[in-house]
Amino acid sequence: MNVTVKYFAVCHEMLDRSEEEMELPEGATLKTILKRLEEEWPEIAEFYEVMQMSVNWEYATENTELAEGDEVALIPPVTGGCDV
Amino acid sequence: MFKITTEVITGAEVREAVEGPDAGAVVLFLGTVRNNTDGRAVKGLEYEAYPPMAEKKMAEIAQEVSEKWGVDRVAMIHRVGKLEIGEVSVAVAVASPHRKDGFEACKYAMDRLKQIVPIWKREVWADGEAEWVKPDAVFFDAPGMGKTD
Repeated sequence: MNVTVKYFAVCHEMLDRSEEEMELPEGATLKTILKRLEEEWPEIAEFYEVMQMSVNWEYATENTELAEGDEVALIPPVTGGCDV
Repeated sequence: MFKITTEVITGAEVREAVEGPDAGAVVLFLGTVRNNTDGRAVKGLEYEAYPPMAEKKMAEIAQEVSEKWGVDRVAMIHRVGKLEIGEVSVAVAVASPHRKDGFEACKYAMDRLKQIVPIWKREVWADGEAEWVKPDAVFFDAPGMGKTD
């Protein structure tokens, strides 16, 4: 199956792309995507404590199973608004 | 109105979106770009967002406000791109029959925005460096990857 993976902020910067199509085996989870990214960006593991992921615009855990056409995103710690 | 925009925010957009004859109060919050962070001079800020998810999460926050205060008139808008000192990055407006609920709901909505709405801030320092801002640990209460396994 194919899913779209989006990268924002520090993830966009580290991976030097904002999104990509990824072909995954049936039964793949968000963990499958992270394992694949770790090969290219080993330091990504350091972000696990604070980073989140989403599937189709909803926060999801790494055991979430994926389906054809899903839109996945790596969500670094959010920092919108202002510091007051 | 729940919106990510590249346009200048004045606050009028969100106020007009919430005002109505049943409101006795409109609480309007504007977040603006400050010229320093902990004393270090800031030239400006850059914001990036995941627009469809950000707007969905804003709508969820309005739903939470409705459940907590019975207030249905909430509007939120956040700007993305490069902002200069003094410009408005975010506006939140809440209209309510009485001011107490409006103040509380507006503060809650803004706090939640900082917790769950996928928007990221990059500080551009006056000396030319730039970096993505790391938030306070206290904001990590959404179901993150660190909370699994």
